[in-house]
Amino acid sequence: MTAAAHIPVPVILGSLRRRARGTVAGVDWDQLTEAEVRRLREFGLDEGVEIELLHGASIGGGPLACRIGRMTITFRTHVARAIHVLT
Amino acid sequence: MTDIPLVALVGNPNAGKSALFNALTGARQKVGNYPGVTVERHSGRTHLADGRPIELVDLPGTYSLDPSSPDEEVTRDVVLGTQVGERRPDAIVVVADATNLDNHLRFVLQLKGLGLPTVLALNMIDMAVRDGLTIDTAALSAELGLPVVETVAVRRRGLDGLREMVGEALRTRAVPAIGAGVDTDIRHFQREARRISRAATTEASRARQVTRTLDRVALHPVFGPVILLAILFVMFQAVFSWSEAPIGWIEGAQGWLADTAVVALPDNFLRSLLVEGVINGVGSVVVFLPQIVILFLFILMLEASGYMVRAAMLMDRLMAGVGLSGRAFIPLLSSFACAIPGIMATRSISDPRERLTTILVAPLMTCSARLPVYAVIIGAFIPARDLAPGVGLQGVVLLALYLAGIVSAMLASVLIRRTVTRGVGGGFLMEMPRYQWPSVRDTLIGLWQRAYVFLRRAGTIIMGVTVALWLLASYPVAPEGVKQSEYSVAGRIASGLEVVLRPIGFNHEMSLAVIPAMAAREVAVSALQTVYSIDAADEDQGAQELGGRLAGRWSLATALAFLAWFVFAPQCLSTIAVVRRETNGWKWPAFMIAYLFGLAYVAAGATYWIAVWAGLG
Repeated sequence: MTAAAHIPVPVILGSLRRRARGTVAGVDWDQLTEAEVRRLREFGLDEGVEIELLHGASIGGGPLACRIGRMTITFRTHVARAIHVLT
Repeated sequence: MTDIPLVALVGNPNAGKSALFNALTGARQKVGNYPGVTVERHSGRTHLADGRPIELVDLPGTYSLDPSSPDEEVTRDVVLGTQVGERRPDAIVVVADATNLDNHLRFVLQLKGLGLPTVLALNMIDMAVRDGLTIDTAALSAELGLPVVETVAVRRRGLDGLREMVGEALRTRAVPAIGAGVDTDIRHFQREARRISRAATTEASRARQVTRTLDRVALHPVFGPVILLAILFVMFQAVFSWSEAPIGWIEGAQGWLADTAVVALPDNFLRSLLVEGVINGVGSVVVFLPQIVILFLFILMLEASGYMVRAAMLMDRLMAGVGLSGRAFIPLLSSFACAIPGIMATRSISDPRERLTTILVAPLMTCSARLPVYAVIIGAFIPARDLAPGVGLQGVVLLALYLAGIVSAMLASVLIRRTVTRGVGGGFLMEMPRYQWPSVRDTLIGLWQRAYVFLRRAGTIIMGVTVALWLLASYPVAPEGVKQSEYSVAGRIASGLEVVLRPIGFNHEMSLAVIPAMAAREVAVSALQTVYSIDAADEDQGAQELGGRLAGRWSLATALAFLAWFVFAPQCLSTIAVVRRETNGWKWPAFMIAYLFGLAYVAAGATYWIAVWAGLG
């Protein structure tokens, strides 16, 4: 039981606090449109990549800004819900 | 011509490709279009280290050879040699951002697979150094199997080395793998790119501190929108206040030319044509060049500084509310300068429904061609007093007209997205480039290209239409006691249209002016100038200021109705032509013309009658 508690559990990127860093554990590609999948892959989103949540744009659920590797990108919150992160 | 080798610049967006293109070609550029699409083709001549000339073409930035928008398709088709109207490049220069090799090398690897002679320009190497990155160019070159040159395009560094390497690459003349399929599974390229990047790069410290610090303010939930609004406010105030002096110089020159012509030439048909048709007609449009240049200056600097994507991000929530995305903000903001580049910029929107909607509402954004009309009417009817220090009433009225355009574009977008372009949208996913100072040279080149397009329009379409109108408005000559503007051919046509336009407060001269203004909105100004010049020929031949003439003849209600009309009316043949080309047919331009004229009529009528009711008529 105690050992299991130390196994890191992936969390959803959208649930991280600002400026928290982690590694992409997995992506629910099925939750995203084909165009989103292609663009995210082009931005280098993949398992094992370092990711950092940087900013939220506006009150009321505007897009987020996020660092993937050495690139900063912005996307809507539903994308952040599809990305699982190990912190 | 075709003997000159063609070299294409290819790379990810934000790699500094266009800066490199400007650095290599200077002002010797040609801006055209690829046939069948509205993607601009930027090309220019330059030379290699040994003096041989080459033609350089700057292809639209893309992340891979699997295109998701029309401009990315052009890039793929050109490098594959399947683009109509473009021969296959003899060599390519791939431009990569040295601070983001993990990502940019992936596209380099994909392009390398095409088998064309390739040189890698490792751009923004100074930024990489500032970020604490050391890149072993020799190791990178060995890993990639490609020649690599370090460049800093904005500082014109590394250009000689690049010219040398491209010359070498062209000498090898490797046979490209024609017909070979493109490997579009980018995941293995991505992993290989990361491996090579790690092998060639040493990182001393974490980077992007400046950009991150600025973003904390620029993307702040409260300060972010306030800053964006402040920038837009300054931009619109500047359009009026900074342009005052240069407008005065142009008016002075125009007056001098007209007076000189009146003194030097005998009073005949040619003198009237020259003074009233050409000098006053074209002059009344050219006078707005300073305002157009100022507007483009802001837009170019916002784009080059990297702020435009932040603005798109801040606007996404709002744009999503009307069925669009933050991506549509950039084309719509560009449409403030001109709907044509705005509509062309929609090609970067991958979702076809959002793209079509953006195209259909883009003409509602107040383009610079409306400025001449607004400026003349505001100048003549709105007092030039300050509401508060630095906040002029005229600027506020102008801002209100801009807001009217924005609000109606938003409403139109909601309606269009719920009816004709109904369906799920394409989301919002963008790279956020680092902030950088816009290069003076690149900004000046951009401004020159915009100013040139405007002046060319003034010298061709506008002059042609103005002269034609002058002829139609001058003949047949009216007998004594009859107004020329009513007796002439143009006057009789206008009388027909006036039947429809009188209920919304338009007088005869306005009905006459909106006909040639179908070619371009600013023609309305030169047309009014021409009509009143002809009518007033006996009293004051020369260059009397148009605003003064209008103030004495129109009621405030009429002037406001005219302004309201121009907020909506799709009076621009070039825009209609671009919409037709962009949507592959007449269906959507016809829809656009119908709904915008409908709105213009209702808005002008409502404005007129409300103003009359308020005692302004």
